[in-house]
Amino acid sequence: MDAVVIPERFFLDRFALGTAALERVLGTAVATRADHADLFFEYRVAQTASLEDGLVKKATRSVRQGVGVRVLAGTRQGYAYTDEVSLDRLEIAARAARYIAEQRSDAAVAVAVADGRPHDLYAVAAPPVDTPVADVAALLGRLDAVARAYDPHVTNVLGTIGIEHRVILVATPDGRMVGDVRPLVHLSITCIAERGGVRQQGNHGGGGRFTFAELVGRAEAFARDAARQAITNLDAGPAPAGTMNVVLGPGWPGILLHEAVGHGLEGDFSRKGTSTFSNRIGTRVASELCTVVDDGTIPSRRGSLNVDDEGTPTQRTVLIENGILRGYLQDKQNAALMGMPLTGNGRRESFAHLPMPRMTNTFMLAGTEAPEDIIRSVDRGLYAVSFGGGSVDITSGKFVFSASEAYEIEGGKIGRPVNGATLIGDGPDVLTRITRVGHDLALDDGIGTCGKDGQSVPVGVGLPTVRIDGITVGGTQA
Amino acid sequence: MDLRDVAQDLVARARRAGAEAADAVVGDSDGLEVGIRLGEVEKLKRSRERRAGLRVFVGGATAIASSGDLSAAGLDALVDDAVALARVIAPDPCGGLPDAADLATAQPDLALYDAAVETIEPAAAFDRCRAAEEAARAASAEITNSDGSEFGCGGGQVALASSHGFVGGYGSSSFSLTAVPIATRDGHMQRDYWYSTSRTLDGLEPADAIGREAARRTLRRLGGRPVPTGEYPVVFDPEVAASLLRHLAGAISGGALYRRASFLVDTIGQAIAAPEVTIVDDPLRPRGLGSRPFDGEGVASARRTIVKAGVLQSYLLDTYSARRLGLRTTGHAARAAGDAPGVSPTNLYLEAGPHAPEAIVRSVAKGLYVTELIGFGVNTVTGDYSRGAAGLWIENGELTHPVEEITIAGNLREMFRDISMIGNDLRFRTATAAPTIKIARMMLAGT
Repeated sequence: MDAVVIPERFFLDRFALGTAALERVLGTAVATRADHADLFFEYRVAQTASLEDGLVKKATRSVRQGVGVRVLAGTRQGYAYTDEVSLDRLEIAARAARYIAEQRSDAAVAVAVADGRPHDLYAVAAPPVDTPVADVAALLGRLDAVARAYDPHVTNVLGTIGIEHRVILVATPDGRMVGDVRPLVHLSITCIAERGGVRQQGNHGGGGRFTFAELVGRAEAFARDAARQAITNLDAGPAPAGTMNVVLGPGWPGILLHEAVGHGLEGDFSRKGTSTFSNRIGTRVASELCTVVDDGTIPSRRGSLNVDDEGTPTQRTVLIENGILRGYLQDKQNAALMGMPLTGNGRRESFAHLPMPRMTNTFMLAGTEAPEDIIRSVDRGLYAVSFGGGSVDITSGKFVFSASEAYEIEGGKIGRPVNGATLIGDGPDVLTRITRVGHDLALDDGIGTCGKDGQSVPVGVGLPTVRIDGITVGGTQA
Repeated sequence: MDLRDVAQDLVARARRAGAEAADAVVGDSDGLEVGIRLGEVEKLKRSRERRAGLRVFVGGATAIASSGDLSAAGLDALVDDAVALARVIAPDPCGGLPDAADLATAQPDLALYDAAVETIEPAAAFDRCRAAEEAARAASAEITNSDGSEFGCGGGQVALASSHGFVGGYGSSSFSLTAVPIATRDGHMQRDYWYSTSRTLDGLEPADAIGREAARRTLRRLGGRPVPTGEYPVVFDPEVAASLLRHLAGAISGGALYRRASFLVDTIGQAIAAPEVTIVDDPLRPRGLGSRPFDGEGVASARRTIVKAGVLQSYLLDTYSARRLGLRTTGHAARAAGDAPGVSPTNLYLEAGPHAPEAIVRSVAKGLYVTELIGFGVNTVTGDYSRGAAGLWIENGELTHPVEEITIAGNLREMFRDISMIGNDLRFRTATAAPTIKIARMMLAGT
């Protein structure tokens, strides 16, 4: 594989297409009463290696390529994709996609053209997907040893390293072609621990848009943490049930923001009036301690992108400023329909999917308090430091996220560990209950995957230590 | 192009490249998805995909490669990728193809394909969506908005060949129709949905019935509120009861068992559920949404009783996990082109019981009728269970007000033993299906 890939050349050569041919296809697509059309080319190579029983006994490699043609006409979207990339197929796809514009009765909508140059957030000398599998296997073997050395009660270590190389190209009728080459490296590790008939697990992982060598430098700490969590959970008692004060640790618990407010601020839901945050710009949705941003421009982060999947450069968007709702996350269609600026959040899982507004890296800015003081301020409550996942009903605003490592707080001190429990709250309400914000903002280690409408995309989250006054904890102990 | 030929060709190429054994799965699919919102056309999507996956065994090691490029050069690259990977992977004595004796010899026609998937026109699909959404919006003035109605269908062929000489293939299709209305009262919005899925176009429920049911489910959520924390009986409607079977299937899957990452390790032959509970897995149901004539490794499909009168009779195993456990595969290998076989149930269902669902609700003095569960708070290793819930409050045997922003929690081990009533309302609406059930007590967290 070439060290330097120029997406435009890469695809035109690979599929023996010329720029004139692409213009003809886009011409077919916009020939009726369309507002906009684009072609999305994608080529993806992914490699995984998996560890168990101390050995790497499974590896996979996949190649996926294809193109999608999209036509926008007001609130309508037509899309057709194929993995057989030829001019004939593209013409058929373009005619299928434009079907929706043909019986249109509404007036044309001006779709903004993204200006600005793509960022350069994750240049790597060579695609990490070309890392020899033997090197990947050697790292996994070391992680197995590290995790088992942490405690003899660690009975199994499961690890997977996934490395991905994705090249994309967006072509639009104005003759613009915007491409991106996206590396992505990922490790997940699960430790099973067993002692006296009690079994537990611990998980950790991380990664980003960087080299394999960068992952090597971080991986042992992830493995130790997975082992530590599994061993800690062996002593876990029942989690409390009911409404109480909760302190969230820094980093990955930022999934709170992703579920409680992030999804509700995606432009498609707001435009359709289906989100509990619709029409609330300028109103208070959080305590004044809270400023929340979505930032796709942080170098090497898992959730970062040089351009989104519509060719728009990503940016830092303030969602909530000192408690006041400021902005939504937009793709081209929803920005045009709402008369709002593009924010570089038009993302899609692959060429087989339509773009829609999605988060990148979503986090709360740091406050001023020492995290120890925040814990000390709680007489009786829960301290949650790691989470499995979450979800939200954006219409009612009710969201959940599930703790995988949590402790009781008694008299301002961290007490015994408790079993995992789901926390449930109301999106527009929960951030108004944040009464303390720490100075220890951390982003997660690079493990997040967000699902929406059947599409998965990599994202990041972040949070300083925060105290929430009154949220429902779904344990088993009344 | 017959995909069985492509699969056999791939296996032959792999053997020539040095693999001692190999199997290949090749699939194609074409799809149409359309959406209507507020009466207007919103989305039309057409898809076309082909995919080949190859598993090779070289020197006792296993590797997998997949690609969408089915040209001769693409297939050669696929073989090279797989063989090169296998050469650097550790050998595994439990790896390898299924024993020849386990392979399917007959490939029953389960009527999984409806050719209507090839000919349905967008206009007809839009009409179904429009009818579903209109019925939902007409149900009440409190239906104020809509997240639309969608129709989707897809169909194609899948073929499997192995160096054992197994060759098989079948076509399958699926159709679905969904409506998602939004209701408002006192400035608070609620949404819910209803849907129908089927192997055949004519098997879909009528669009207006789907719309009306979606509206009914949405309207009954208006005015939801939390209830006080405490221990109560919980009645699961059939949709959410089926989710408990999925958790059980995960815990009796070979991979979780041999890794000792399940709360049901070493429980075969033991009572794991109330004596009223019988759970069956039947891959051979005609037109079943989870049906398959053979599994992802070519192993014969057969109906199995998984839990009989509360006692665990069978795990769900593929060849590899069976060998790890010293057992025989149960034919539950599921296979995506790009990955190693994993375990999945087929048509998994909890057998109907004697009780009318209304009678189950009537039996509860004070408790929850749960209609929606959200979040990921299920730990297969420990059985710990804690999920966000919404539903209706039961007071003296009557459904009263809607409930939301609560959790229900327990441990799956106790929850299955505490199933105290089973409904007579089993319907095969999804591959995993259950009737209404009552769990005698769970911890509910609210105010």
